[in-house]
Amino acid sequence: MKKKAESKEYPMVTVLLPDGMADPANDPGLPDPELLAVFGKMNLVRAMDEKAIALQRSGRIGFYVPSSGQEACSVGAGYCVREGDWLFPAYRDHGMALMRGCPLVTLVAQLYGNDADPTRGRQMPNHWCDQRIRLVSVSSPVATQLPHAVGASYAAKLRGEPVAAIATFGDGGTSTGEFHAGMNFAGVFRTPTIFLCENNQYAISVHVSRQTAAPTLAAKAAAYGIPGIRVDGNDVLAVLKVAREALERARSGEGPTMIEAVTYRMGPHSTSDDPSVYRTEDEVAQWRRKDPIRRFAEHLRKRGLLDDAAEEAARSEAKEAVQRAVEEVEAAPPVPVESLFEDVFAEMPWHLAEQRDALLSGKGETR
Amino acid sequence: MTQATLLQAIRDTLHEEMARDPRVVVMGEDVGREGGVFRVTEGLHAKFGPDRVLDMPLNEGGIVGMAIGMALNGLRPVVEIEFADFIFPAFDQIVSELAKLRYRSGGQFPAPVVIRAPSGGGIKGGHYHSQSPEAHFIHTAGLVVVSPSTPADAKGLLASAIRGPDPVLFFEPKALYRTVKGEVPEGEHLVPFGKGRIARPGEDVTLVAWGAMVPVAEKAADAVAAEGVRVEVIDPRTLWPLDIALIEDSVNRTGRAVVLHEAPRACGFGAEVAALVQERCFLHLKAPIARVTGYDTPFPYALEKTYLPDPEKTAGAIRAAMNF
Ligand SMILES: Cc1ncc(C[n+]2csc(CCOP(=O)(O)OP(=O)(O)O)c2C)c(N)n1
Repeated sequence: MKKKAESKEYPMVTVLLPDGMADPANDPGLPDPELLAVFGKMNLVRAMDEKAIALQRSGRIGFYVPSSGQEACSVGAGYCVREGDWLFPAYRDHGMALMRGCPLVTLVAQLYGNDADPTRGRQMPNHWCDQRIRLVSVSSPVATQLPHAVGASYAAKLRGEPVAAIATFGDGGTSTGEFHAGMNFAGVFRTPTIFLCENNQYAISVHVSRQTAAPTLAAKAAAYGIPGIRVDGNDVLAVLKVAREALERARSGEGPTMIEAVTYRMGPHSTSDDPSVYRTEDEVAQWRRKDPIRRFAEHLRKRGLLDDAAEEAARSEAKEAVQRAVEEVEAAPPVPVESLFEDVFAEMPWHLAEQRDALLSGKGETR
Repeated sequence: MTQATLLQAIRDTLHEEMARDPRVVVMGEDVGREGGVFRVTEGLHAKFGPDRVLDMPLNEGGIVGMAIGMALNGLRPVVEIEFADFIFPAFDQIVSELAKLRYRSGGQFPAPVVIRAPSGGGIKGGHYHSQSPEAHFIHTAGLVVVSPSTPADAKGLLASAIRGPDPVLFFEPKALYRTVKGEVPEGEHLVPFGKGRIARPGEDVTLVAWGAMVPVAEKAADAVAAEGVRVEVIDPRTLWPLDIALIEDSVNRTGRAVVLHEAPRACGFGAEVAALVQERCFLHLKAPIARVTGYDTPFPYALEKTYLPDPEKTAGAIRAAMNF
């Protein structure tokens, strides 16, 4: 594996220092209760991950895409997203949804795809959406949502609304045509769009050094005439700080920003993946020491906001919340068969009505 | 009523819809100052300004993708793809994203984007300026696919597309842009989707054709009329969802069906029409359903005339159906 040289032009923004203190020059200065709320949400995302993997292993859900290790990115950026902003996330960023008040049960229900799922079991797990918070339906094809974010933010700009759109994606996403299209369009039209790349080092098994020969992903922003910022993606306060600044700039008409959050996916790519094929135990162990939840907990202890009991309480509270959501969702019936034919068009055309009636009548394919 | 070409009807409709609804935005390559390479969007940029008539960077996937985001956030984007042949770089955005957003979000995120694309041959455009890609999109659930053949329908269908709740692929038969003239109703004129038109009534053979093939169908009908064969020409106008009731009723009367299109035969939309007619009209059929289509080759430049269906080939298929 090739080691990337540190870039002088794109230094890594970090707030949490090795001793657990916050760099006073960069500390975003959240009030104590908010710091604890952020910590709580990071624990909730982690607890959901752990539960979902267990549910998949025991056959209760079909698949799961874990995000352990990346909570600082989704929760940190999610903290800065406000009502009116648009979210175009990839499949590991439900932390952002939770920060915007998306009910946990909405996310859990999507994993089951039963009648409790507002998206009616149309997609595999991790492809949630919630219109109430402008969280647009996650798509499987990588990075397709980037131009969507540009379009939504263009519409806001055209109407003079001080809102932004944020798209999140992985390092693999930066190789796609849509990354180029999205960044280029955002630069040309100066849209209020935030491109948050969570560089978790791998696209399934392929290391980031196979996605680009550039020393950093943040450097790509220069080609589009937009600011690129590199941030420690395991440092929730650092992500929060740069995301907040980027969103404020966007909302006040100063255009788009690309953020490269340098992080690590501690688990497999998905429940179908065996990461031991492409990375070493040693590498994983090194990154585990930078676990964003652990780092933030240390900081909260230094601030006198957390002790053993409070940390344990945060963890068990999160677990219980997930357990309650799972129980609620598991009580729901399956999606009704006729829903298969709904939402294809605004109104159901004859051919779908015929296919539905044939299926419901049990007569098979004949009319 | 005013007389207009197909192109003028589309242009006037864009003007009217943009004036009527400030949410309507036109975007595409060269649609602004240039007014589009066919001049369909002429005058819009001067009238509505560069924020609503967007000269886009050259990236079809990006253009459709951005339009999706605009539609999600309340605008009514009308995208021009310079030639239908260049829609393939946007194929993923159309089939994976646009077509599926309503469905995959459980109805939470409809994305009513209109994509206009000059399609079909007959202008010496060669391979990359002549294709008829409608079947690719009809095969994708969630898209309305439209192709007008008269100026009045162009207006009525485009207005329906811009005001409607679903994504629409609007294939404009570019061979007809300036060659077809007709009456266009003034003011509000909406042609509903899924309603075909009997372009010419007849009792002996049903001939289904759309876009630039409608005039070809009419010429073929003229040719066999001299032999006493009365052809009913049906223009579905909306290809999908198809007005099957109209076709079914016609074939049940005539007992014979011919489908005519420019696109290649294999898996072309004619195959679907033929299958539907076979399923519904089998006991009324007096002859096999015939297809008159382009060949299963890439679209040629020098041999364009050979490739394209014409009135003679079509009349041949009609006679074969009559004499079966
Ligand atoms: C266009 C496309 N090609 C291939 C895939 C299969 N695939 C799913 S995830 C993935 C890797 C994505 O990596 P990255 O963008 O770095 O995001 P990460 O999974 O690391 O968060 C691939 C290749 C896909 N979903 N979409």
